[in-house]
Amino acid sequence: MLRFILRRLLQMVLAFFGTTLIVYALMFAGQGDPIQALAGERPVTAAQRAYLTEKYHLDATGVGGFFYRYLDYLGGLVQGDLGESLTGRQISDILAAAWPVTVKLAVIAMAVTVIFGVTAGVIAAIRRSGVFDHATLVLTLLVLGIPTIVLAPLAQYFLGVRWPVFPPTAGAQPSFYALLLPGIVLGSLSLATALRLTRTSVTENLRADYVRTARSKGLRRRRIVGVHVLRNSLIPVVTFLGVELGNLMGGAIITEGVFNVPGVGFNLFRGIRTEDGPLVVGIVSVLVVVYLLSNLVVDVLYAVLDPRIRYE
Amino acid sequence: MRVRRLAAWAALPLAVTLGLTACGSGGGGGGADDSDAAVRIEIAEPQHLVPTNTNETSGSQVLSALFSPLVDYDEANKPHEVAADSVTTSDNKVWTIKLKPGYTFHNGEKVTADNYIDAWNYGAYAPNGQNSSYFFEKVAGYDDLQGENPKATTLSGLKKVDDLTFTVTLSEPYVDFKSMLGYTAFYPLPEAAFSAPGVLAESYEQAPIGQGPFKMKGSWQHDAKVEVERYDAFPGQQPKVGGVEFRIYQQPTAAYADVLSDNLDVIKTIPTENLSTAATDLGDRFQQSPASSLQVLAFPTFQEEFSKPEVRKAISMAIDRDEITKSIFKDSQQPARSFVSPVVAGYRENTIGTAGAFDPVKAKAEYEAAGGPKKIELSYNGDGGHKDWIDATCNQLKANLGVECVGTAEPKFADLLTKLKQKQSVGLFRMGWVMDYPSMENYLGPLYSTTGSSNYYGYSNPEFDKLLAEGARATTEDEAVKKYQAAEDLLAQDLPVIPLRYGQNNFGHSTKVKNVHVDLFDRVDLLKIERA
Repeated sequence: MLRFILRRLLQMVLAFFGTTLIVYALMFAGQGDPIQALAGERPVTAAQRAYLTEKYHLDATGVGGFFYRYLDYLGGLVQGDLGESLTGRQISDILAAAWPVTVKLAVIAMAVTVIFGVTAGVIAAIRRSGVFDHATLVLTLLVLGIPTIVLAPLAQYFLGVRWPVFPPTAGAQPSFYALLLPGIVLGSLSLATALRLTRTSVTENLRADYVRTARSKGLRRRRIVGVHVLRNSLIPVVTFLGVELGNLMGGAIITEGVFNVPGVGFNLFRGIRTEDGPLVVGIVSVLVVVYLLSNLVVDVLYAVLDPRIRYE
Repeated sequence: MRVRRLAAWAALPLAVTLGLTACGSGGGGGGADDSDAAVRIEIAEPQHLVPTNTNETSGSQVLSALFSPLVDYDEANKPHEVAADSVTTSDNKVWTIKLKPGYTFHNGEKVTADNYIDAWNYGAYAPNGQNSSYFFEKVAGYDDLQGENPKATTLSGLKKVDDLTFTVTLSEPYVDFKSMLGYTAFYPLPEAAFSAPGVLAESYEQAPIGQGPFKMKGSWQHDAKVEVERYDAFPGQQPKVGGVEFRIYQQPTAAYADVLSDNLDVIKTIPTENLSTAATDLGDRFQQSPASSLQVLAFPTFQEEFSKPEVRKAISMAIDRDEITKSIFKDSQQPARSFVSPVVAGYRENTIGTAGAFDPVKAKAEYEAAGGPKKIELSYNGDGGHKDWIDATCNQLKANLGVECVGTAEPKFADLLTKLKQKQSVGLFRMGWVMDYPSMENYLGPLYSTTGSSNYYGYSNPEFDKLLAEGARATTEDEAVKKYQAAEDLLAQDLPVIPLRYGQNNFGHSTKVKNVHVDLFDRVDLLKIERA
């Protein structure tokens, strides 16, 4: 087990360098004139040009220049210095302020997914082909078919503006209540997938030999489903939820934008829109780590769920 | 043991679900109303909050609360003194600025001439990398502050006379210098802003100290809000609200939803997707006012096929401006037929004359007579939402001139500029202009003079350059305007660009405020706004 984790950690280091290199290259290498891109549509004075050239090491050009800048950036990164955004703020400060909000939102979304998705999935599997099963099938199809970019403004309009049940936007230092609606919108997408995964998996396991054995032993049905079947059925669901958790931690660009939640996705979106290369690369580098870690946690969880899975 | 716990965790959701469905949702929280309470205005995250480094609207909106400008603009967009007692000159070259006594910074410091001189020197000094440093380029000695190792640290053109008086010597006479002084870059900085002479304290930007009607309440909460409250010792006109909360939004649609539900008081730019319903959603709380922006289609006049003014005129006549502003922009912009915006003194309607009148038949005849190219390309930057109107324009050119027309998107405007600088063929290209200060010169000089900083079309007309220079040297503003108008008439004959649309501020407010005005710089007038 320990060896497995160690090996995975080593792989993570490789993956980390690979991804940051790609992101860095995409963000900075594709620009015709990086200085003009920094300044937008305004003309750049010679003085500003000199200032920006020095600040961002743009004097070295070509492939050599690119690696020079990348290594410079990486050097800072390894020492925990994420660098400065183009507006001169420390990216670590930006993330420190944004992360708690995103984590809150992710927890709400995750809770919605697990509570409603897994539960409804189990019920749908037990009462297969019943009214509940069919109703959830139609509902999940509907939710899966509507992209967030439509769902979020609709929810905001109907539940925030038209019938003001929730505040329409979260804003600064949002309360739990203000985050509830964006959390539900965010969770509803993975909810649909989690529900269907659970349903399929539980259905399959209900027909398994060990269930028949348990039943013939006279175990109560609730115990069979709640302990034996559920535990065996959770493996695909946990895989999915693990990936989803990584997604949620990365912040939801659309949802955070629509509900004005100042989280990670909100900042990432601003970075992309204002072509703030350092900010985008900084956030993405941290996100890479989050993804890798959440995947590792999922892999370790497999063994907990199913002792037959062994790590070499 | 572990197994059991896991099973329990899995069973928990069931129980919680039942519990949750039993709970209804509570009502929204309502706040107490106070006539002196802060009004809430939407902004985006400012890039900077240092006067000489702020050149976008969100930052300058916040600074307009914290600072009082030397001059402001009246209904006719002419400058009048505010923090300045007088701005005088005899030759348009040496300007004497007298300050009104009684102004203090929010930390108690008296405002003196030194505060202006120090702030402007800081802004102009190249190694400080200030975004608005080019505003000082007309001041004598600016060139000595440029480059990596400048020769000087202070502008030789700034001289202190006494505590409340200083003179500004320009390198060339410039009649509109007084108009320039209303811009954000010309605010003063208190001594407390500097940690050493010429070095801005790093913390200053987080809670800027100004001499304006409002002072900071706490510090800048990044991505969240900036709060200001009334500064009672302000000697000028006092605002009618107790404070302002500038709320930071990433997307204007979120701000719009908040205005609809009275969670936010003012949205300065209603998003395009909501424009069609804004009039019904907000009623008379949806308002429009002229803005300074001008959208044009520019010709690479250095290219053979567009070198003839007749060709350019025919293309202009083949475009139905009214139709495009109406159907594509839902009247959020106005059709333009002049080279300067209606927000500046000296503007005249329809200076391009017949070239601005939609006449497909005449356009086609003249286009063919002048031998215009059979294929036209319209280049634009793909990140700015220009595709719709470019395509519509292309369709009009196809139908009315019988030519082939394609819209070509460049990823960014910078890419387009790079191609133009290398004189690559891009066909016609879009350009936008937002003024820095209300003066005709600002719409003409940088864009069309031979050495203009944004003259990307290779347009050069010695007569035009001469008229502009004469305008800048003119003794009175009226005389200058006459020269500029003559220069504009030359443009109308040559048509290096075809004016298409003027921008408009499309703003809305909640039921809790009234008297909302948005000025030429896209800022809410904080002295006029009131609680309803």
